[in-house]
Amino acid sequence: MAGFRYLPVTEDDRQAMLRTIGVDSEEALFSDVPEKIRFKGDLKVERALAEPELLRFLSGLAKKNVTTTAAASFLGAGVYDHYIPSVVDSVISRGEFYTAYTPYQAEVSQGELQAIFEFQTLICELTGMDVANSSMYDGSTALAEAATLSSGAVRKKKIVVSETVHPEYRQVLNTYAHGQHLEVVTVPAKGGTTDLESLRQTVDEQTACVIVQYPNFFGRIEPLKAIESITHAIKKTHFVVSSNPLALGLLTPPGAFHADIVVGDCQPLGIPQSFGGPHCGYFAVTKKLVRKVPGRLVGETVDEEGRRGYVLTLQAREQHIRRDKATSNICSNQALNALASAVAMNAFGKKGIREIAALNLQKAHYAADLMKKQGIAVDEAGSFFNEFMIDCGRPVRDVNRALLKKGFIGGYDLGRDSEDLKNKMLIAVTEMRTKSEIDRFAEVLGGIIHG
Amino acid sequence: MANQNQPLIFEQSKAGRTACSLPELDVPEKPLDELIDGDYIRTEVPRFPEVSELELVRHYMALSRRNFGVDNGFYPLGSCTMKYNPKVNERAARLDGLTNIHPYQDEETVQGALELLYRLQKNLEEITGMDAMTLQPAAGAHGEWTGLMIIRAYHEANHDAKRTKVIIPDTAHGTNPASATVAGFEAVTVKSDENGLVDLDDLKRVADERTAALMLTNPNTLGLFETHIQDIAEIVHTAGGKVYYDGANMNAIMGVTRPGDMGYDVVHLNLHKTFTGPHGGGGPGSGPVGVKKELAPFLPKPLIVQKEDGRYGFDNDRPLSIGRVKAFYGNFGINVRAYAYIRTMGAEGLNRVSKDAVLNANYLLKRLSETFDVPFKQFCKHEFVLSGSRQKKLGVRTLDMAKRLLDFGYYPPTIYFPLIVDEAMMIEPTETESKETLDAFADHLIQISREAEDHPEIVQEAPHATIMRRLDETRAARHPILRYRPAQRTE
Repeated sequence: MAGFRYLPVTEDDRQAMLRTIGVDSEEALFSDVPEKIRFKGDLKVERALAEPELLRFLSGLAKKNVTTTAAASFLGAGVYDHYIPSVVDSVISRGEFYTAYTPYQAEVSQGELQAIFEFQTLICELTGMDVANSSMYDGSTALAEAATLSSGAVRKKKIVVSETVHPEYRQVLNTYAHGQHLEVVTVPAKGGTTDLESLRQTVDEQTACVIVQYPNFFGRIEPLKAIESITHAIKKTHFVVSSNPLALGLLTPPGAFHADIVVGDCQPLGIPQSFGGPHCGYFAVTKKLVRKVPGRLVGETVDEEGRRGYVLTLQAREQHIRRDKATSNICSNQALNALASAVAMNAFGKKGIREIAALNLQKAHYAADLMKKQGIAVDEAGSFFNEFMIDCGRPVRDVNRALLKKGFIGGYDLGRDSEDLKNKMLIAVTEMRTKSEIDRFAEVLGGIIHG
Repeated sequence: MANQNQPLIFEQSKAGRTACSLPELDVPEKPLDELIDGDYIRTEVPRFPEVSELELVRHYMALSRRNFGVDNGFYPLGSCTMKYNPKVNERAARLDGLTNIHPYQDEETVQGALELLYRLQKNLEEITGMDAMTLQPAAGAHGEWTGLMIIRAYHEANHDAKRTKVIIPDTAHGTNPASATVAGFEAVTVKSDENGLVDLDDLKRVADERTAALMLTNPNTLGLFETHIQDIAEIVHTAGGKVYYDGANMNAIMGVTRPGDMGYDVVHLNLHKTFTGPHGGGGPGSGPVGVKKELAPFLPKPLIVQKEDGRYGFDNDRPLSIGRVKAFYGNFGINVRAYAYIRTMGAEGLNRVSKDAVLNANYLLKRLSETFDVPFKQFCKHEFVLSGSRQKKLGVRTLDMAKRLLDFGYYPPTIYFPLIVDEAMMIEPTETESKETLDAFADHLIQISREAEDHPEIVQEAPHATIMRRLDETRAARHPILRYRPAQRTE
């Protein structure tokens, strides 16, 4: 190999630098590393590849995967195949954005700061909330942090969560709760949405918050109105809603139902599926909770000459100031993906955001109707957004393998999470699916199920 | 032009414009209220802007010109390892087969992705000297918390419930104590000695039967190697605690020494630091956690494994696991970049990275050591801390010097951290910077110190050449404006 293209120090440089430092060899700089713990020989990592070899090798790995560009995908369950305007990748490929860090030095970081300020505004508009932060790792950790916030703010330890919240989000919540000594109580589902009677019996004076998902994991529209009144019947208890932001282009925002905290994942807005990450959590609250929000916040101010500008603000909440008393340990966020989402939201605009949501709704309902006509058992209770449940009458894994042979990526196997949902498949239909793909999918699926 | 205010995107909106192209509805349309209960159909539209695609592009081009990244210039932000982010990594992460795949696809359809992750795990295990690895944590702080939850589960499995304390040096990054709190521990401080290293006597004092763990990066947060690391590990182990390695400073030691060989039990890495994941303006990162065999049963699930037939898959059957720390399997896209980097460098290259990072830091330290107070005299590793206390006596604070650096086209070092050094300035040049860059930076910083003597007001009033002067942070915090509201501006 001719040399390392990321390393500019030449052998001449090295000798000159060592002379300036006043040592004979670079070894002298490591004299404080005791002999006993020195690593001897070469690390047994995989061998170095030249750039063309590397690309060939990685392309080879990539080709082993079946992509949602090659096979029409009806898989969702928290991650979706959506249209991403080309302008998104063009913007986030700018070195000024992707090679910068957290904008500590505001004078040379106005671009990032303003972009985040705009992101915060877009999330507020979408969710109907007063304040949104600069982003979280993902939807699942945002949800867990919402529980932590509630518990700290109202000084109660019981977290009530609906069974209709994404199962992996609930698992993450459980892990966080264990660390924080919080008690998580799960309210069962009834007919695809939260069982209101059970919820009423579970929520009590010890409850810090009630967490539901909207649309829920099964695609259903949760009765937020009723859930809110049960939640807020207890003084102080927070109403937390985890929400697909794309659906909010069409659905009444959680803020209108007096949610205290709204969280979720921006993946559907401008972020590729990328095998589950990196995506981008969002976190929005009412004005009252602004000083309890985890993570970075960008605020408007002026410079010495009175020009409008932006800075990181209310930092007294954060770990680098408060250390063990901070509202969260979060340090970084998903800034670049928040930027991607902001570009996508701006590209969609006022009309587009509603239109894309409507396309999802219409196409999913068309698909469900068609499957019913094919004699497939479609779960019909209540209204849904872009996902719905069917009963395959046989293992979903087998059905999906048969679908793959016909060029389709089938839906999510609900039996993974619950024995009760064995043979049930969750099907997602986004604006990316054409009528002919849906028609063919329904036909093939019917054939497999009845075959 | 860059000096003009860039209006918010909302202020550029004009009804009737759009920057997207959605497909026509090609299925029969049904009335909305037939599909959804009317209460749940949005009546008030979100006030998103209406702009054309070119306007959108120009807006973000303008914003990008008002931002500074490693691609723009030298970025010696201590503790952040702002090294070059290779372009081939970006290309790799955008390959169709690595981008457009869903986390719930059948294992058989994502063998390439799983193989890549498995290979990355193995490489990272070797680099750190650990026995098992999870790629699930999304960032460094997330990895810290994950590692502490693993240690907690280990003690719980041993019915050792009294271990509620985590020992953290007074030099540590703020995420350490914050992560300890989030994991349900009490953070206890151990002091540094006059050489900037962990004070062994103080450690003996605080380490006891209530100690769950010690969190320590090595080289430590002052950029100094904890020479007595084996003694430190022994003190904590004898007390029954585990030793946690904060991998923020891994860039100094690849192929030189390994946390696993120093006596550490748990390690987190920041793939967005040492392994070139771009910082993205604040993320996404990736914070894998490695552990010794004894702690492996407690790792988050699922783990990515190679099966007997050579194929790859998920292991969910892990009864002692702490559970999930994130939905899906971590920040895959960042992990792809880290893997591409490791495969670009190989063993020799990674070792050369650490040696050059340490060389660059010591060279820059030497060049600045006449002009600034150097609180610790030994060789540094990949970064070092200076004190601006000499300049402070002239009425020029470290903040002022940092702002003055902006005028010369540099991103300033980390300032006022670590907390134990007065007027601290923490400088990490990284190995991807040339001698010429380091010399120019040193010359400028020395010039600034001279200005502090001759014309302090130039430094105190800096920056002068940036698009904005200093911003009023007090005002921002006192009267928070955290979003745009059209009503505010009716001009």
